[in-house]
Amino acid sequence: MLARAAESLFWLARYMERMDNLARLIEAAQSMAGVLSETEEWRSALTAAGVEELYDNVYDAVTPDSAARFLCSSPDNPSAIVTCLDFARINARAMRGALTRDMWEAVNQGWLESRQLGSEAFSPARLPDTLDWVRTISTRFSGAYQTTMLRNENYWFVRLGTFLERADNTARILDVKYHLLLPQESSGVGGMLDYYQWTSVLRAVSAVRAYQWVYREEVKPWNVAELLLLRPEMPRSLRACYDAITDCLDQIAAVHGGRRGECHRLAGAIASQLRYGRIGDIFQSGLHEHLTTQIERAAELGDQIAAHYMR
Amino acid sequence: MRNFFDEMHGADGHIRVAYADIAAWLAQTPAATLHAKREEAERLFRRIGITFAVYTEGGDTERLIPFDIIPRVLDAEEWAFLERGLKQRVTALNRFLADVYGPRDIVRAGKLTNEQIDAHPAYCEQMQGVTTPGGVYTHIAGIDLVRTGANEFYVLEDNCRTPSGVSYMLENRSVMMRLFPDLFARIGVEPVARYPQDLLRTLRSVAPTSDEEPCVVVLTPGQFNSAYYEHSFLADEMGVELVEGIDLVVRDKKVYMRTTGGLKRVHVIYRRIDDDFLDPMVFRPDSQLGAFGLMEAYRAGNVALANAPGAGIADDKAIYMHVPEMIRFYLGEEPLLNNVPTWDCANEGALAYVLDHLEELVVKETRGSGGYGMLVGPHSTKKTREAFAKKLRQNPSAYVAQPTLALSTCPTFVADGTAPRHVDLRPFVLSGADGIRIVPGGLTRVALNEGSLVVNSSQGGGTKDTWVLHTRQGGAK
Repeated sequence: MLARAAESLFWLARYMERMDNLARLIEAAQSMAGVLSETEEWRSALTAAGVEELYDNVYDAVTPDSAARFLCSSPDNPSAIVTCLDFARINARAMRGALTRDMWEAVNQGWLESRQLGSEAFSPARLPDTLDWVRTISTRFSGAYQTTMLRNENYWFVRLGTFLERADNTARILDVKYHLLLPQESSGVGGMLDYYQWTSVLRAVSAVRAYQWVYREEVKPWNVAELLLLRPEMPRSLRACYDAITDCLDQIAAVHGGRRGECHRLAGAIASQLRYGRIGDIFQSGLHEHLTTQIERAAELGDQIAAHYMR
Repeated sequence: MRNFFDEMHGADGHIRVAYADIAAWLAQTPAATLHAKREEAERLFRRIGITFAVYTEGGDTERLIPFDIIPRVLDAEEWAFLERGLKQRVTALNRFLADVYGPRDIVRAGKLTNEQIDAHPAYCEQMQGVTTPGGVYTHIAGIDLVRTGANEFYVLEDNCRTPSGVSYMLENRSVMMRLFPDLFARIGVEPVARYPQDLLRTLRSVAPTSDEEPCVVVLTPGQFNSAYYEHSFLADEMGVELVEGIDLVVRDKKVYMRTTGGLKRVHVIYRRIDDDFLDPMVFRPDSQLGAFGLMEAYRAGNVALANAPGAGIADDKAIYMHVPEMIRFYLGEEPLLNNVPTWDCANEGALAYVLDHLEELVVKETRGSGGYGMLVGPHSTKKTREAFAKKLRQNPSAYVAQPTLALSTCPTFVADGTAPRHVDLRPFVLSGADGIRIVPGGLTRVALNEGSLVVNSSQGGGTKDTWVLHTRQGGAK
């Protein structure tokens, strides 16, 4: 396939996934209203989205309304939900032939609808509906590519984009909240407030129910970290993402007669670390350090994939 | 008010046989249903993303071409005649191009001069002496036809460079089939869906001989081009790559594309960029749309270009006048399709006539397209005629004039019901080394404004699905 097509499909999937993750993040922030300090909660959402600094350039204070608008639709934010959709469509349109009709329609329909959104769509009262709409679009898109794409290179690059973006997002969300998960010296563990805080981490990756099904016990911080880092059955865990990433890279390598490069080695190294890692060891050597490394390696892997396939 | 031939009601007001089913359907269907169907059609087109870019200031650059849900119908006999005429005409145009870039028999025969050819802006010097597989230069031709009576068709214009619109022909049909399955069940309509496969076969037939399976690509200027939708649509339908200039690289006079697995050889390029942009080495040096060294590869016979560079010399409005003579000269046949009588203003006598009759003539720029820069005499004011006459006197050779044709009308769904609107027809003629293919039908364009004769989408034109009926299909019960 064309190198440029691989690049467009990869980024199309990344923007769709990013948009979806942003919607979950905002939803989690909003649902904590009244439980925790709102400012705190929205600030951590801005940090996880990587736009805290940009936000502070524009606004003096963090309010739920301005933070939500900034994350959803601000022209000052290059990774706002609406902007992600714009970029997704630009990539889709640049390589329309590489998309199935269902995929294109999912992206185009979403983009057309986004252009009809007025500013009241992001008001606190309407925000939940708008976020549902965002998730409908990304679900429609992933449903479309899962059910209509040939299992050829095109498909593997879309999938690769989805999972690399997801791995990056999960690592970022965890990193923002990592201090909540650290073992507490004082005996405050188990209080109502802690419970809500840990739950907020799960909520941001839509894993509250999943936690219950996997652990069948009250929410404990090391379980939360394990679920999002190491559990293969959790679809947004780093482990699940890197299993999918190595699989995609193997499939693409097979198309080219087994030719492999640095991106394959790097993805394999990260995946096996997650596969054989233990949560106790990660806490011991530092959760924050671990997550920082994960975020850096995801970026490095993106560069290596581009160097190997997209030039 | 002049009398126009209406394709549904005929000259005498009786419903013509080909339209019997359509007339009955229109009579039975409440206007509210038609309104709802039209809105549904528009939603479908938007969702599929069939838009075109319009070069105007500000506003939305992606617009829909209005679609009319009432089909335009041709019976089997009418189509058989048009098909013969189109094959004849396009065969002659290709013979002419092979002659222009080859022996120039037509000059020796005294029908054209070397100056007329060499000085022509669409003449491509790099093509002189280049022979193409099957002698085909215009592989994809769009021939614009108009109708003035039950058995009168005229060729308004030949498009031999990169004619567009075929995606509308195909999408119009698929939208119509989705909206009105019952009509298609009742009326036998020739399918058009095989066009992409016909196009692929045509393109493969001109591939340079090679051990590999020929690799065909569509070359587009990119997503901001007005016909981008069509480029990607055709590439997708054919199952070939849609490439841009940056994807191509020429090494040792061979063309390759950059893929995820390294460089891959390309054998046939269906290019949808203009001649000037094909190769910065020989044409416009600032072009980023083509590939450096492409013409060298082409001249070496290592890659086929469709259409061939320089094919535009056959579709110019001044050369147009000579097509009937070409048909006689190259094929020894009488032309089946009429030319519209044309006055070449470069000729002094013709210029005088045109200036005297501006009120009844259509005057066009020889190099113009898209319906811009033309004067429609009967619809003009004294002031615009005077201004136009001035331009005409200053540069007469830039203009040709034709009588205002009484374009046929078709029933069209407009704001206050069904009303006749003027139409034309662009069938697409595919010429390969293995023969000519034409899918039955083409793109019908309709002038949506009452009384307007201009069908261009940039000026209030819309499109209709074009139905060619199966043989032995009466319609009237």
